[in-house]
Amino acid sequence: MKMKNSIALVLIVMFGIFLFHIYERYQTQTALNKTAAYYNSKAPAETGAANVVTSIVVTYRGLDTLGEVTVLFLTAMIVGYILRQRGKAKTPKNTTSEILITAANILIPGSIILGAYVFINGHLTPGGGFQGGAIIGTAIGLMILANPIGNIQKTALHYIESLSGFTYILIGLAGLILAGGFLDNRILPLGNLGELFSAGAIPIIYSLIGLKVGSELSSILASINETTNNTAKS
Amino acid sequence: MTLSIDKIALILGMVLMLVGLWGGFTQKNLLKIILSFSIFNSGLNILIVALGYLPGRTAPILEGDVVTPETLASVAIDPVPQALVLTAIVIGFGITALMLVFALKLNQHKKSLDINQYTDLKW
Repeated sequence: MKMKNSIALVLIVMFGIFLFHIYERYQTQTALNKTAAYYNSKAPAETGAANVVTSIVVTYRGLDTLGEVTVLFLTAMIVGYILRQRGKAKTPKNTTSEILITAANILIPGSIILGAYVFINGHLTPGGGFQGGAIIGTAIGLMILANPIGNIQKTALHYIESLSGFTYILIGLAGLILAGGFLDNRILPLGNLGELFSAGAIPIIYSLIGLKVGSELSSILASINETTNNTAKS
Repeated sequence: MTLSIDKIALILGMVLMLVGLWGGFTQKNLLKIILSFSIFNSGLNILIVALGYLPGRTAPILEGDVVTPETLASVAIDPVPQALVLTAIVIGFGITALMLVFALKLNQHKKSLDINQYTDLKW
């Protein structure tokens, strides 16, 4: 046991020396590097999005984002597969405290609306599809906490997820035909900078990502909840 | 000695990474190992965001007369690390969720979260 701990200590000290060397040579930048200067000077004109980070995530690096969404989809699928249930088990009655149930009923609609607001305005304000989806996921998590035996319609979640993913790819292919390339946002007019309906396809793509991420997080939470319900019973 | 905000963030990120590494090596409880991984991940994200810092600049989002498309390149920070970290956070979430589910499944099999109970792959 002591031996193992000292090996760990040596490794951590080595890693610490490595990090210290990075820190020692680090100097605060005084000017933007080439890539950042390009994005900061061209992004608003080229994509019509007021948020440069969004235009990088959705348009310039759109393919990476597609891969990222695929990773989340894969996670949700693997979780669903590992935790699959054979036969429905009857669960005990709801023992959640009254305070939590009441508070959840007040908070859940607001959280879902906040999530939708965050992903619809992803091209104008800080936030976007992943953040909005995470907020919706927490709302569903609160719903599950307040009512653990309630039935979350996982089939509906899977439909929302698949449909939004499919539409996302269709929009990407439309960019290939109508505009400059895969996931190009200029298939729709860019509009006026700073308005809700601007930046071409970015608000649509980010809304679809928000729906997809929200339903994936919800289905992960629902799977875990069902499993823990059944284990608690047996 | 005064530290600028980016160096503070850099040190914070590096310390969190070391804490996470230490936890991953020494903890015996599966949940604590997963938590250590999450801490390491957060430290790395803070470090990457800190690298995009430029003193006295604002977020790369257009706003009124202060940040306009013309002035963006001279008043805003580097947007690339933020976009990268957004990806990293999502992937980190996916990995954490998977690890937690595996821990849940292992716990159902052996009714234990102690890593020393799982000797099947030990050599």
